[in-house]
Amino acid sequence: MTAVAPTAAAGVPITPSGPSLLTRAHWAVTDTLTITRRNLLVWMRVPAYIMFTVIQPVMFVLLFRYVFGGAIAVPGVKGGYVNFLLPGIIAQTAAFATFGTAIALAQELQKGVIDRLKSMPMARSAVLAGRLVADTIRMFITIVIVVGVGYAVGFRFENGVGLAIAMIVLATVFGLAICCISAYTGLAIGDEESVQAFGLVWLFPLTFLSSAFVPIASMPGWLQAFANNQPVTYVINVMRSMALGGPIAADLWKSIAWLAGIFIVFAPLAVRAYKRAN
Amino acid sequence: MSAPSAGPAILVEGLTKSFGEVRALRGIDLTVPRGTVLGVLGPNGAGKTTAVRILTTLLLPDGGRALVEGYDVVRQAAAVRRTIGLSGQSAAIQEELTGRENLEIVGRLYHLSWSQARPRAAELLEQFGLSDAANRAAKTYSGGMQRRLDLAASLVGRPKVLFLDEPTTGLDPRSRLGMWDIIRSLVAGGTTLLLTTQYLDEADELADEIVVIDHGLVIAAGTSEELKGRVGGDVLEFTVPDRNRVTDAAEAIARIGEGEPHVDKETGVINVGVGARGSEALVEGVRSLDSAGVQTQGLALRRPSLDDVFLALTGHAAEEDGEPGGGKRGRRRGKRSGGSDAANEVSS
Repeated sequence: MTAVAPTAAAGVPITPSGPSLLTRAHWAVTDTLTITRRNLLVWMRVPAYIMFTVIQPVMFVLLFRYVFGGAIAVPGVKGGYVNFLLPGIIAQTAAFATFGTAIALAQELQKGVIDRLKSMPMARSAVLAGRLVADTIRMFITIVIVVGVGYAVGFRFENGVGLAIAMIVLATVFGLAICCISAYTGLAIGDEESVQAFGLVWLFPLTFLSSAFVPIASMPGWLQAFANNQPVTYVINVMRSMALGGPIAADLWKSIAWLAGIFIVFAPLAVRAYKRAN
Repeated sequence: MSAPSAGPAILVEGLTKSFGEVRALRGIDLTVPRGTVLGVLGPNGAGKTTAVRILTTLLLPDGGRALVEGYDVVRQAAAVRRTIGLSGQSAAIQEELTGRENLEIVGRLYHLSWSQARPRAAELLEQFGLSDAANRAAKTYSGGMQRRLDLAASLVGRPKVLFLDEPTTGLDPRSRLGMWDIIRSLVAGGTTLLLTTQYLDEADELADEIVVIDHGLVIAAGTSEELKGRVGGDVLEFTVPDRNRVTDAAEAIARIGEGEPHVDKETGVINVGVGARGSEALVEGVRSLDSAGVQTQGLALRRPSLDDVFLALTGHAAEEDGEPGGGKRGRRRGKRSGGSDAANEVSS
């Protein structure tokens, strides 16, 4: 019966001094990089992920450029529809890339990977941070590819290199904001199929009911009310002005306010969902 | 990070945990001396996994306390994590990565430098017979290889205390034996081990001490021999090849046993405790079955197994209980083992 007889012999242990704050900060960074590396390696090993993040956006560009584009009138846009399209499709691509974030986190939760990582002496923040960093890198690569394909089918930046870079940066920050929402949904729902279904429910309307693919003026009035006042439209309008010229300031402030709001709300929610996840 | 005391490797007192209405642990006490193996035995859903999750800092207890190597799992969780290893059902493995990459990444997460992580990975791959497969994606591994890789991952940080949560669930018999050999060699190296299992032979084979958990309570504890003594005697066991005659056989044997015969309708195996009347009961049993005209195979008297112990302690067999639809035999429990596992855990 020795196994059940508890003894007080262990006493209260002395608290180990533990690593210093500086060491822990260093570990938080290196652990995040290790997880980032792991996630990017996995991404490169799975053909389906490459397909989803590279080929699909390229197909979208070609589809809208050559199939739908001819029927969509964009009066007053320098360079025609292909120039109108590219900023929109880049934002849509960045948003859709976050499907991968939600699905990967749900899978890791489901398989118990997150549990196992939490039982190790690594920085606990690194799992989520590494996921966001890896997915942002992935998203950035996709954006660059879409810009490249855009150039091949006639798109041109009309407003200088500086604003072209600013547009890509804005698209990436926008993608990272959406990434936080997706990370939260992935961790909160925690089931791969449900996460995928739910992703369609909010990401599709948010990106398509915007100025991404068609001028909002061509939509019915009730839809315009939504499309004109939602964050994806603000971001795309700014991106378009950065790429092609036009007023930037007004929609830029609205975009920054929205993106900041999304970070303030969803980053803590994602962290909380991660801490609770088990 | 010196161990603060010379106490036991694991000390658990009055540990409780509920998930809503479900009381997964109802006051568990455990002591595991250093360098020994404790087998935590119980049906799926008894509370084993909940206990391991608390001891590995993944879950906060509601009450009681738990120390691992003297560190409190709640107040000194970070120190606990530096001294333990956890391996279960292949969860640490990233299937798209190679065995080597998996172990190197775990090494990095244990804050080894690359020049430490690489040789450590190679060493473990060698030790676990995975060197030839080291550069193949883990998804090409067999179930037994994946489990070995997972166990190797839990050893990267050279843990003093190792938790193995059902290390052989779902493995074929050969891989199970291979896993047992590996576990024995770890223990020989001085690691303290807490092993949960639904398999009674596994606990019998590997553990110095066994606790039996059912419905969140320790219902028995002791060495394998002590537990077997609880059954109070020998067991008469045989198989009825003709499944239609199983009930007849059970009736024929009922009056010679000390309790109700236990019948497994699927396999046709019947056993009954016969106390100290060993050989006498054997002869009676043969006669009785013969006059009932039931053919049997492998009729024999044997020392009680832990299966019999479980039956005697709980009134039900270990493996039929708490496993709705055979749920946990699969690769991995469902999401949120905390919640839904707990729901299973007391549903029986």
